Amino acid sequence: MSSRQRSGRSLLARSTPWLFLAVPLAFLVTFTYTPVFNMLFYSLTSWDGFSPDMEFVGRANYTELVTRPDLFQVFYVSLFYLASGVVQMVLALYFATVLSFNVRFRNFFKGVLFFPYLINGVAIGFVFLYFFQPGGTLDSVLGLFGARDEHLWLGDPDLVNWSLASVSLWRYLGLNFVLFLGAIQSIPGEIYEAAELDGANRWHQVRHLILPGIRPVVSLSAILVVSGSLSAFEIPYIMTGGANGSTTFVIQTVKLAFQFNKVGLASAAAVVLLVIVLLVTWIQRHLVPDEGVDLV
Amino acid sequence: MKKRSTALAAAVVMSMAAVSACSGGGGAGGTGGAAVAPADPTKVSGDITVLTHKTDLAADGTLAGYAAEFNKIYPNVHVKFEPIVNYEGDVKIRLNSSNYGDVLMIPAAVPVPDYPKFFAPLGTPADLDQKYRFIDGGTYSGQVYGIAINGNATGMVYNKAVWQQAGISNWPTTPDEFRADLQAIKAKTQATPLYTIYHEGWPITAWQSYLGEAGCDPAANDKLAADTAPWAAGKELNGIDTLLYNVVHDQLTEKDPTTTTWDAAKSQLGTGKIGTLPLASWAISQMKAAAKTGGADPADIGFMPFPAQANGHFCSVISPDYRQAVSTHSRHKEAARAWVDWFVDKSTYAQEQALLPTLKAGALPDELKAYQDAGVQFIQLSQTKNADVSKIDNQSEIGLNKPDYRQHIVDLARGAGSGSLDGYFAELNKKWATAIKTVG
Repeated sequence: MSSRQRSGRSLLARSTPWLFLAVPLAFLVTFTYTPVFNMLFYSLTSWDGFSPDMEFVGRANYTELVTRPDLFQVFYVSLFYLASGVVQMVLALYFATVLSFNVRFRNFFKGVLFFPYLINGVAIGFVFLYFFQPGGTLDSVLGLFGARDEHLWLGDPDLVNWSLASVSLWRYLGLNFVLFLGAIQSIPGEIYEAAELDGANRWHQVRHLILPGIRPVVSLSAILVVSGSLSAFEIPYIMTGGANGSTTFVIQTVKLAFQFNKVGLASAAAVVLLVIVLLVTWIQRHLVPDEGVDLV
Repeated sequence: MKKRSTALAAAVVMSMAAVSACSGGGGAGGTGGAAVAPADPTKVSGDITVLTHKTDLAADGTLAGYAAEFNKIYPNVHVKFEPIVNYEGDVKIRLNSSNYGDVLMIPAAVPVPDYPKFFAPLGTPADLDQKYRFIDGGTYSGQVYGIAINGNATGMVYNKAVWQQAGISNWPTTPDEFRADLQAIKAKTQATPLYTIYHEGWPITAWQSYLGEAGCDPAANDKLAADTAPWAAGKELNGIDTLLYNVVHDQLTEKDPTTTTWDAAKSQLGTGKIGTLPLASWAISQMKAAAKTGGADPADIGFMPFPAQANGHFCSVISPDYRQAVSTHSRHKEAARAWVDWFVDKSTYAQEQALLPTLKAGALPDELKAYQDAGVQFIQLSQTKNADVSKIDNQSEIGLNKPDYRQHIVDLARGAGSGSLDGYFAELNKKWATAIKTVG
């Protein structure tokens, strides 16, 4: 009797996690995996995006992609976002470390740093459009410091990608900062006390406690930064529409699909981007293995 | 491992179901059949949904007013409007389903040969052509699928006060004269002579609409289908793009084209801070409204033709706006057809919005009447080869009606892009010729 009861309970116990998982899994399959499989399928067709007929063309789209180097030139633009991503991580780490100590108004500063991440991307695009206008906010502020020249922050092809990448930095700094701050605060307080008793100063604490302690989060952020810079889209698309040499790979893909009705080719490009991101992540994980952290 | 493969299999099955659902298309009730105009207006009944891009007219009640007028003749048809902000993009995707209203504007991206898959035939071109303009572009293999809601005449909106202040009283007749006039505006007034509105993208596509005007050639668009070098010296596209290049190169346009917005340009033209905006006739009423809002005189807004003449007169291409069609899945095709006909025949839409009426017998609004009286001849581009031209255009990834290609010309002209205009023309010619071969 008791054994049967236990087996009944254990069936329920075993299925409980699955019942909890059913809803998120259903969402995941519906909204992530189904579209991905659809995309894989589209990439093998010459579909124009709305016609009821889809012509199967095999790997023709992939052949076209690899035989057109001009389609990959746009990855050059990603370098700007990668550079800003590195700066973003350094800044986020700096602010997270400083604000993890007892600083006056620290909650206020946390809010200030995180706030941009909460703003809608379209709003950010419009705000910075005025910010970057010749004689606009940025030029006025620079004018206060004596630099009175007007710059075409978005109009000058040598500046446009730096301008856009710095908007992206401003926007995503908060997210990065919160990730780092959370990781730093999960380091037990006693360890700091012990370190202080041993005569470690703040710099020693950062170097030997915080950095090793948050290493998994740093490597996660690095992956997010790299994949984010390869697939930068929202900010340049809203602010310049990819004009003036600011086209990224995703903008180019969107234009192929929705301007020139080449959904098949665009799907193939999206698949290639997915593969590139997976590959870069894999290389990164092998160069910097994610070991368990043991501070004690 | 086993669990993972089960999940994977489930995902595959689901995605296949989704794909087949996407490509399934037909099968719904009421699919197929022609949309015939009802013989007796009082007998036809049903609820119809009209998808519309005119969100402003839906919001201020103008469309509801039209529906009320419509109900005086067709008392048993109930019209519901579904305004869509991102009309082109949203409706293009909705065409994958069978649920895209009873009446809709045909998205520009749908190729003409696909019309029979989505829309109900409205009649033969021989019948409809006598009554309406722009029938041929909505026709496929002997059947008409869409009737334009109105037409537009190309030209440029300009601020008369600014041009007068610069001492110019006549419309320029050549591109060089146009440039000299803009130079005079720059020298003698405070206004910027011309805005490209590069940043917004879509306004710069207006330059494509000048195709056919320099030569007054109704076949200009069709000729592109077989022309392997449309940007060669002396050709129309070369002339249009060279003018755009020169105007920007002479610094007669906005200082930073990448940050100018549409709303700002509109009010600045209205108040005389901008001399000229290259936009078609639909913009006139908006500019007048902007002038009024800015405290300036709406009568200052003028409309001039593209600066080129053939045989001593100006030509202005008139072209259709969105075409109204009846969905092939509609259950009330008679009622839907009644709305399509009533809108172009009886509604006051074209008059009120100062647009060219689709109805051949319809009166021109005052603005266009004056334009025609000043010696501008309206021509209509033949659309017989349009399906081929758009196929070549998409294949070549040039995008004649997309902003990117003319934005690049502006970049070259202001020294922001690398390369020369001639080099770019050669590249465009090469792309176009290759695409003709591929599409062939």
